[in-house]
Parts: sequence; structure tokens; C-alpha cells
Amino acid sequence: MEASRASETATVLPLTAPNPARRTWVGAATLRAEDPALLTGEGRFIDDLSPFPSEHHAAILRSPYAHARITRLDVKPALALEGVTAVITGADVSAACKPFPVGIETRPVFYPCAIDRVRYMGEPVAVVVAEDRYIAEDALELIDVGYDPLAPVVEIEDALHADSLPLHEAVGSNVVHDRSFAYGDVDGAFANAEEFVEAKFVFPKYASTPIETYGVIAHYQRAADTYVVHANFHGPFILHSLMAQALQIPSNRLRIVVPPDIGGSYGIKSAVYPYIVLIALASKIAGVPVRWIEDRIEHLCASSSSTDRVTWARAAVLKDGTILGLHLDQVDNTGAYVRAPEPACLYRMHGTVTGAYRIPAVAIRNRLVSTNKLPTGLNRGYGGQEQYFTLERLVALVAKRLGLDVIEVVRRNLLRKEEFPYHAPAGSVYDSGDYHAALEHALELADYPALMAGRESARAEGRLVGIGIGCIVEPSGSNMGYISIALPKDLRDRSLPKSGCTEAATIAIDPLGAVTVRLSTTPQGQGHRTVAAQIVAQELGLEPKQVEVLAELDTQTSAWSIASGSYSSRFAPVAAVAIRNAARKVAYKLKAIAAHQFGVAFEDVDLVEGAARSADGTHVTSLKRIAGAAHWNPSSLPDGMEPGIYETAYYSIGLLRPPDDDDRVDSSAVYGFVVDLALVEVDSRTGRVDVKQYVTVHDSGTVLNPMIVDGQIRGGFAHGLGGALFEEIAYDENGTLRSGTLADYPIPTASELPTIVIGHVDVPSPFTPLGAKGVGEGNAMSVPVVIANAVADALGANEVRLPLVPHRVWEMLQPNAVEAR
Amino acid sequence: MKPAPFDYYCPRSLDEALALLAQYGDEAKVLAGGQSLVPAMNMRLARPGVIVDVNRLPEAAVIERCDGSLRVGMLARQADLERMPVALDAVPLLAQALPHVGHWQTRNRGTVCGSLAHADPSAELPLAIVVLDGAIEARSSARGTRWIAAGQFFESYFQTALQNDEIVVGASFPARREGWGYAFEEFAGRHGDFAIVAVACAVALEPNGVASEVRLGLGGVADKPHLAPLTAYCGRVLSQRDLPEIANAAVADIEPPSDLRGSARYRRALATNLAQRALTRALASARTACDGLAQ
Amino acid sequence: MSYCSKDGRTTISLEVDGKRVKAAVSPRLLLSDFLRGPCAAKGVHVGCEHGVCGACTVRVDGQAVRACLMLAIQTDGSRVETVKVLGIADAMHPLQERFQARHALQCGFCTPGILISAQTYLREHPAPTRRDIEELLSGHLCRCTGYTPIVDAILDAAELERR
Ligand SMILES: Cc1cc2nc3c(=O)[nH]c(=O)nc-3n(C[C@@H](O)[C@H](O)[C@H](O)COP(=O)(O)OP(=O)(O)OC[C@H]3O[C@@H](n4cnc5c(N)ncnc54)[C@H](O)[C@@H]3O)c2cc1C
Ligand code: FES
Ligand code: FES
Repeated sequence: MEASRASETATVLPLTAPNPARRTWVGAATLRAEDPALLTGEGRFIDDLSPFPSEHHAAILRSPYAHARITRLDVKPALALEGVTAVITGADVSAACKPFPVGIETRPVFYPCAIDRVRYMGEPVAVVVAEDRYIAEDALELIDVGYDPLAPVVEIEDALHADSLPLHEAVGSNVVHDRSFAYGDVDGAFANAEEFVEAKFVFPKYASTPIETYGVIAHYQRAADTYVVHANFHGPFILHSLMAQALQIPSNRLRIVVPPDIGGSYGIKSAVYPYIVLIALASKIAGVPVRWIEDRIEHLCASSSSTDRVTWARAAVLKDGTILGLHLDQVDNTGAYVRAPEPACLYRMHGTVTGAYRIPAVAIRNRLVSTNKLPTGLNRGYGGQEQYFTLERLVALVAKRLGLDVIEVVRRNLLRKEEFPYHAPAGSVYDSGDYHAALEHALELADYPALMAGRESARAEGRLVGIGIGCIVEPSGSNMGYISIALPKDLRDRSLPKSGCTEAATIAIDPLGAVTVRLSTTPQGQGHRTVAAQIVAQELGLEPKQVEVLAELDTQTSAWSIASGSYSSRFAPVAAVAIRNAARKVAYKLKAIAAHQFGVAFEDVDLVEGAARSADGTHVTSLKRIAGAAHWNPSSLPDGMEPGIYETAYYSIGLLRPPDDDDRVDSSAVYGFVVDLALVEVDSRTGRVDVKQYVTVHDSGTVLNPMIVDGQIRGGFAHGLGGALFEEIAYDENGTLRSGTLADYPIPTASELPTIVIGHVDVPSPFTPLGAKGVGEGNAMSVPVVIANAVADALGANEVRLPLVPHRVWEMLQPNAVEAR
Repeated sequence: MKPAPFDYYCPRSLDEALALLAQYGDEAKVLAGGQSLVPAMNMRLARPGVIVDVNRLPEAAVIERCDGSLRVGMLARQADLERMPVALDAVPLLAQALPHVGHWQTRNRGTVCGSLAHADPSAELPLAIVVLDGAIEARSSARGTRWIAAGQFFESYFQTALQNDEIVVGASFPARREGWGYAFEEFAGRHGDFAIVAVACAVALEPNGVASEVRLGLGGVADKPHLAPLTAYCGRVLSQRDLPEIANAAVADIEPPSDLRGSARYRRALATNLAQRALTRALASARTACDGLAQ
Repeated sequence: MSYCSKDGRTTISLEVDGKRVKAAVSPRLLLSDFLRGPCAAKGVHVGCEHGVCGACTVRVDGQAVRACLMLAIQTDGSRVETVKVLGIADAMHPLQERFQARHALQCGFCTPGILISAQTYLREHPAPTRRDIEELLSGHLCRCTGYTPIVDAILDAAELERR
């Protein structure tokens, strides 16, 4: 079952009984169907659409303070400006809308706009609706706001202080969530340990920063009492339900339409939903359709980001490097509010907290704090980079403490292929993998002995060279049940249990035999349309270019469910199966019609090369005719068959269950694996980190399209490198944002990216019919810690703080080091 | 991010432009390449009431050699210079500095004189002109033309000796001279970013190997380009072993700022390091130039 | 001298992607908004409006520049070209073909600006090095691809054009 391959070739599982005449499309590096339009300026992104006549434009007034009470808000001068239609304030919002539901017991109140207090710099205070964006921005300057500044709470450890001013008075503390868990014999593990390794880890706040910002075009249709909203939102996910609840309307009166093209997200555009509610309300109050296109300054201060985390970790180990148990005390900072799906960052990796290692016992304390920073949410790798920063740094520190080569420690603890499916102590069930083969492949690609020798000779010359490694389990297809683990069992039991990762797809064949697929996966560049066409073409015996795939999602007309959308790398393991199953339903019907027409048995019909064919080759009829019969001549159909061809399939992985009574949860559907090796050199004069070599080996299960898979790996790597070396959403001690422009929030460019070597040791997943695992997030999870490990090795340092910008690294090298912020 | 409203003038002669500035004073802003002014206007950090767009002034884009200098007209784009091998050859320090100024796409529009007038303390071109001891030609309708030595032109952060009725109509960069060597070194976070620290250096050697002039300027370490006082090292034969000392002397009296991109001591260390590299290269190229002379 | 008051409009006429356009614009209208709005050139993307991301890059009188840092009123009499001038879906420019073949785009939001930059650059520099292209691309942000395939695609296209 296991296949090792270079990046050009792919292993393919047969989908149906092998038929030599049928072309295999799945697994081929098919060129993307998306590209011709995007390359010729004909993409259809949110701001390219004009769904409603006579639309108006919104601009949002934002708080210049991190923390303040609003003492005065006078919008009259703004309303008096010619071209201004309406100004919406917190008072309008609290009158029309309920706070968003929050998934923790203390329920800090969260509205899409500040009501009487601002809690982060950039928080919306009012919305102006005007004839155009220029006038709307003029009007913002005329709104008169009085602020009474309050003491800001900025850093995690400040928020843990009992005397920090609570952001949410009703909660009474900035620690808004505190839960402890224990799995396995933790006390025993620590009692039997020969050594303890203990450290504090700090992980920074950074962001997704897609090149296209948020965009919302909302129209409240009064007669129907319905909100129709177009937005580059990649739900609906659980968030559609939350928006309907906030707007206090039946959910079928909130129609969300996602455009065919989204200019990147990497998670962050899931957090456009409070703005969907805000702009929807603005449309209702102003009585006109309203367009809001976020600008870059708004995006950097007030969209969303990853969470920053502080972890106090302790490992119980044997002298040979065996890890017996872990103690993790983790504090996530979700910023000013707990915006759903937070606190998922803290819980996405919960079942997977022991990573790729056989660690039988783990105790966890999870806390969440509120600070006067931008609220957090999905960011490529979500929760993974934070978790692995702790775990993989810890493994490196264990090796250092014991005087062992880190590879030896990794090998000792890394799960073996015989152990799969592996039941991790906190609940994840790893489907498949050959982690050791992947590790060996990485060592081989990197020529590890040469790497070590190179490091030694460089060091002999006084150069600062280091090697870093990271082994990470990459979960994909989130279990909707994992987030409820934030609630204690008794509270959990009061609401209905949640589980699964359901996705849907619809396929229709029209009267002339043309095939159309409708997705609910809201892609943002991952090539879902291409892969869907490959899958459907293979099932129906067509060519991909004959299959039209629509990526627009419309909550009123698309088939979707609570997990639908694009996040947690769920396309390959989950959505692709829904697509295949829908195609199989269609194939079933086509074959049944053909068998009836041919007068042969169902099993003797196959779909090949655009036609139905009998096994003996005597009957061949085009798909157009077979499908046509279902439309033009229902009387010719087999008895009892419905006319038309329009099939929807829903799919979830049946193994995913709600959390059990012992707080164990299988947080994801399937689990890929990534092992990375890096060689870096630090310039002692400037502190610049130069990534000399980077090898990444992936297990992404069955590869559906190798070109797209490697594209995802490269993108994930670049994002991870940004987090490792460049990017931080930085605030000063007053909570004032210091990274408010793209000049101050430095995304790496082509000149900063090293070339990487990609390898594969793909082990198909037995848990999902296509065998595919997610792939887009792995390097976003691994690269920050792998670079950190390499730099720590180069400098001989125990403590490293990301991002490793030159001045920070240089300060670390100074004899009287002071921490650079 | 849309600019606040402004009255727009597009004069077709310099006199018209000068008259507008005389009329509107502080309220008016000259719009040249727009690569610094327009971002500031889009963010509404700059909100001039009157824009005087100089992009259609005739003859203003001239780049020419005259009297041992390269004269760069007010509308010469940064990329225009890069496209003129003669110009780059005439002023090697400019040739080395230009690729560090933003990106090819911004240099296609941004002007050399606009960069000087903007006076960002981390910008490359102000540093280059100070080290070369060039001059800036300013003109007003009331007082006509005056030349301002580069050393006097830059006053503080985004602050120059220019009066609000004056336009920079050109800049003069002294051309390569016999026996001189030049080097530009910079350290920035990413390619194309403003420098964290930049160093420009020009060294003149006499045929006997004595350094007759050592000029070294630092960018990003003060509120304006900082010219290090290195006269003590003139009149001596300089060897590689002297360079660390000179580099230390060059940074001795700087008081660099601390910010997001580095502490004061980091900037000082970078400055020392870059200064040493620049001195090394400038000296080497001066030696080559002398050898060329000797042959 | 031409003049337009802050509340007024001036009629400009120019050529956009080979078509003559005449429109009344207010002085502060950014070229990027003018192209996307009245000119319906939706291939001009806006990502930052402060000159950093490069998504809005267009060609004005032969030069690749940021449309977000020019005023529409400044382009009176100019020739403006957007990604539309490269090729159409069934007759793509070699750059576009190589972008597809190399998987040099994912979401495609950064792509039109990069294509215009690259096409313009290659006219001046027909035989660029890898380093040249990396420097050219420092003026464009892409968050999807990790850039390597973009560099490869541009180098491929340069080679094709040289043949
Ligand atoms: C992404 C990006 C990166 C950049 N990186 C760098 C960098 O690394 N280094 C660097 O040095 N610059 C950098 N810049 C700025 C540089 O591109 C500008 O070109 C330069 O600073 C200003 O020149 P300009 O012609 O565009 O002037 P404008 O933006 O038009 O004007 C700037 C200021 O100077 C005044 N002014 C302009 N011309 C005159 C004149 N002739 N007389 C009187 N006043 C005048 C204007 O009124 C305005 O106040 C960058 C810009 C961008 C967008
Ligand atoms: S939108 Fe113009 S450079 Fe980003
Ligand atoms: S392809 Fe998405 S930003 Fe470049």
C-alpha cells in the first residue's frame, strides 16, 4: 500500500473495478480549469460583481484606542454631508442584533461593532453608507467620538495577573476559560522519569494576509424580510447559523452567496462573518444595497490573526530519550473577544497533542485570556504551529539535555507503521502512515551525514550553522465535535452532541448530455474545480474538460451542511468523496438506463469514452443519448425510475464521534505526516538567518493531483517561513498596533524565499474511500518550529522567539542580551 | 483608503508651477512620481488642499553630463537613470544605490528629485548625494534659482531647506573623478525595503597611495543622512588593517533611533559593519582606478 | 495649464487596452478605481493602495507602474494597458501559458499585475537571470505559490521568446 515517489509521479488507488479502457484522471497532474480566466483578467472576485442595482458604499470608523469607554458619539455632521445615506452605530447594532454565540462557559459578549467600549485598536465604532467610498471616507472624518481611555492589557502574562483590568466586566477576569485534562498515567510517567526537561515557549501572533481583502455586498430585501449577502466568505460552516442567530431571523432568510473566485484566504476570511452581519444591518437601516470592500489598513488592524500562545511545558524522559509523559500549561490569547470558532485554536490539536510520538501520558491545562488585541481565528495551520512549536522544541531540548543526536530521540519515539491505526492518548485515531520511512527519506534527500559534516566544518571556521528538524502530524477534515470539548462534560451534556465533517456535492446532466458539478467547498485557489472534474470524469468515463464545475456557493440553492466550506484541509479527505459519491449515483442511473436499453445486465455496462458500452462490445450508445432519455423520453426508462439526472451526495467520515465522557476526542478525519529538515546559517554581524537547505517530506495519502499538492506545499512553506522569520502583528505597551501597513508587516517576497526539496512517502488512508489526506497546512505548522530549532542549534540557544528577524537574532548573540520586542 | 479632496493643477510651464506654489504656500504639494505622496494621501496622513502636478513640465526629465557632474532634471525617473549606462558609468555610487530604492515598478515612476525632496532619513539617494557633495537646484518665482549644497539641504525627518514656494528643479551629482573609488552598502529587512542602515562611501587616492579624501555617510541612523567626520584619515596611506578603526570612528558620534526594526545598538553595530565593508570596496575600487591611471 | 477644482470633474480621453475612453473624473479618483469602475477593467486588482503588493500594476505609456499611486486625471492622453492585452483564453500569451503549465497561480489575485510587470520587463531584459526575476518580483506579493513556480514560468517564457 505504501508508495514512495518523486514529486512528478503519483500513486493511484483504483476507484472502481479496474477497466483498461477507462482513463485514469485522478492522480494526474491535469492543468487547472481555473487558470484561463484568472490569467486573462476574467476572474470573478467579490469586488468584480455587481449583483444589485444602485448599490451604495460603506466605510467603517475604527477605534484609535486599544481600550477606552465611548463617552460621546455624534454622527449628525457626517449625515449632513452630501452623498451620505446613513450612519450606523453601536446603538443601532445592539438594538437590532443579539451578541454572537460563544463556545465557552463565561460567554464574553461579542457584537460586530463596539457598543459603549472599544477593546482593540481598529474595532468598528460606526459605519457610514454613502454614494461612493470616497464620500464615505470623508464622512468618517466628520463623526465626533469622545473616548475615555482605559488601562490596556496587552501581553498574555499581563492578562493572567489578577489586577489587570477585565475587558469584559461581566466575566470579571481576563482569564475567560480554564480547563484541565489528563490522559494516561501521568503521575506514573513522572515518577518513573530519569530526567525532566522543562521550558517556557512563546509563540507570536501573525496573520494570513491574502492579497484580496474582505468584501461584502449586502442587500436587505424588505418585502421578503431576507438578507442576501455576497461575500468572499469560505463557510457556511457553523458560522451561517451564528449569523442567523445574531440577526434574530430564521436561517432561511439569510442567503449567503460566495463568488466563484476568492483571492486567497488561508483561513482568515472565515472571520469576515461579523462584517457580513454588520453590513447586512447597514443595508437594512440605510434601505439600499451596500458594498464594503475592506482596505489593507483595516485588514491589518481589524480582520483576524492567529493566536499568540505561552506554554509552560515539562517532559518526563528516560536517559535513552524515551518520552514518558508531558505536562502542558497552555495560555491562548484570542484578543479582545472570543470570536467563534475560537477557542478552536486551543482545541483543534487536542486529540493530537502528542504529535507523531508514542507518548502515553499527558496532562494539559488550557487557559484563554482576553487582551486589547485584534481577535483571532483561522490561520493556515490553525493551532498546529502553536502546538508543534512546543512539542518539537521540547524534543530538541530533550536531545540537547541528554547529549543525544536529535534524530536518535525522534527515532526512539516516532510511531511505527505496525502501530496504525494508532489511538493517541487524548483521542485522535491516526489512520495510517509510515513515519520512519518518511524520516529516512528526508534524511536521504538532505544527505544528512553530509549535512552534519558540513555543519562541523563550518563551525570549525567560526560560522553559525545549525540543523533543525520537525516531525508533525497534519490533521485534516475537522470533527465538528472537537470544539465542544472546551465545555466540561456536564455543560456539554446539556446541548445536543456534535460530530462529523459532512460535505455535499451535486451533479446534474442536462437534456443535451452536458455535465455540471456544484461544489460547496468555496475554494480560494486550491483548484477544487480541477480536481472535481478529474474525479467526475473518471467515474463517468469522460474527459475533465467535458465536466463543468461551479464553485459559487449559495446557501439557498446549494447542497451544504454544518461543516461545508474550506478550512482544515478537508477537500481531499471529505469533499472529494462527496463528489465521487454523487458521480457514482449519476453513473448508477446512466448504467441502469443503458442496461435497460441494451437488454443486458447492469453489471455488463460500463461508461467509457463518453459512452455506455456493453461488456461484449455489441452495444455502444453515447452518454448524451442515455442521459437524454431521462429528460426527453421518461417513458423509456426502467420501471420506477425518476426522470431527470440530478444527484446530490452527502458524506461524512463515520468514525468521527462526539467527545467521550473522559474528554477524549478524535479531532480530525484523517492524519497526514510531514517531516522537515533545515540547514541555516546565521550572519553574526547582521543577525540575518539564511536558509541554506530545506527538505520537506509529506504523507498526503493518495494524491489526487500532484501538481496541486506540490503547489499547496510550496504555499504552506512560504507562509510558515513568514511566521518563522518575518511576520508579527506587533503592539506596543499601550496596545497601539505597530504593524499597520504592508511596509511594517513584511510578507516574504521572491527574493526572500529559498528553494525547497519536496519528497513524498504517501500512505493512503483506509478511513476515506479515496485514500487522500489534506496537505495545505502541514508546512505552515512545521516551518516555524523547524527554523527555530535550526537557529537554536546554530546559536547554541535554549530559548528562541519568533519571528527570528535579524535584530532579534543579533540581540541574542550579544553577551548582555536583552529581549528585543 | 481614498485621498481627501484637493484642487488639481497641471501646469505646462515651470513659471506656472512656481506661481501656484507662491500663491498657495503650505496648502499646496508638488506631485512628482507620487510613490511617497500618494500612499500618504490614500491613508489621509497627507491632505494637501492643492496638488501641483509637475509631470507635464517640458524638458524636466533631462539627464545630462555637464562640468564634471551629472545633472538630473526634476522629472527624471529613478529607472530612467538605470536605463542610461552613460549616467550610471558617470556616477558609480548612484549606480550602486539605485537598485536598493524600492522596486523596479516604483522606480519606473518615482523621481530622483522627489526622493531628495521627500527626505526620508533611510532613503538611498539623499545619502548618495550627501556623500558625493552634490547640490540641489531650487527655484521660486520670488527669488529665482539657488543651489543648495546637499550637506545643507537635509534638515531633519522629511524636512529640507526648501521653502514652501520652491521646487527642486534638478540635482547635480559630481561625476566619477580620477583616483576615486565608490561603494554603497545597505541592510534591509527584505529586498526593496527602506534601509535599516545604509552606508555610502567615496575614497580618493593619490598615485602614491595616500588617501586624499575619505567620505562616508550613514543612512537610517539619524534624522537625516549623516556624514561621518573622517578628515583625520586623509593624507595617510590606508591599509586594510586601518579600516576597522575608521569604521569605528565613523559611527563614534551617531545616536541611532530604536524602533520596530532594531535597537540603537543594533543599528550602531550594523553601521560599523557596513562601513567597514563599504570602505574595503571603495578603497579597492580606488586602487583599481589609480592603477588604471598609472598604466 | 489644466485645472480641476476639488468638487469638479475634468474630461479625460485616453486609450485603455486598445480602446478609446472618454470620461469625466474628479481629481482624486485613483487610476486603479477608474480602471476597475468606469473602464470595467476588472483584471486590475487592488490589494493595498499603498504601493507594496503590486496587484494593481498596469502599463502606462509603456512603463509598468502602480495604478493605486496614480490619479486617473494624470492619464489624459495616455495609453494604459492591463492584463487584457496579453492574450485571451484560447490564444494565451507565452507567459500565460507558462504560468498555467508551471502552476504559477493558485487564487490568481496577484497574477494580472505580475503578468504585466513580467511582460514589460522582458521587453527590456530579454535574457534575465533567476536573480533578476526574483528582484523584479520583490515588487509583487503572492501568498499562495511560494513564488518558485512564478520565477520558473517567467524564465521559461523569456527563453521561448528568445527562440
Ligand atoms: C513599495 C515602495 C517601496 C519603496 N522603497 C523605497 C526605498 O527602499 N528607498 C527609497 O528611498 N524610497 C522608497 N520608496 C519611495 C520612493 O519610491 C519615492 O519615489 C520617493 O521617495 C519620492 O519620489 P516621487 O517622485 O515619487 O515623489 P512624490 O511622492 O511625488 O513626492 C514626495 C514628496 O516630495 C515632494 N516633491 C516631489 N518632487 C518635488 C520637487 N521637484 N520639488 C519639490 N518638492 C517635491 C512632494 O511634494 C512630496 O512631499 C518606496 C515606495 C514604495 C511605494
Ligand atoms: S494595490 Fe497598488 S500596489 Fe497594492
Ligand atoms: S496566486 Fe494567490 S496571491 Fe498569488
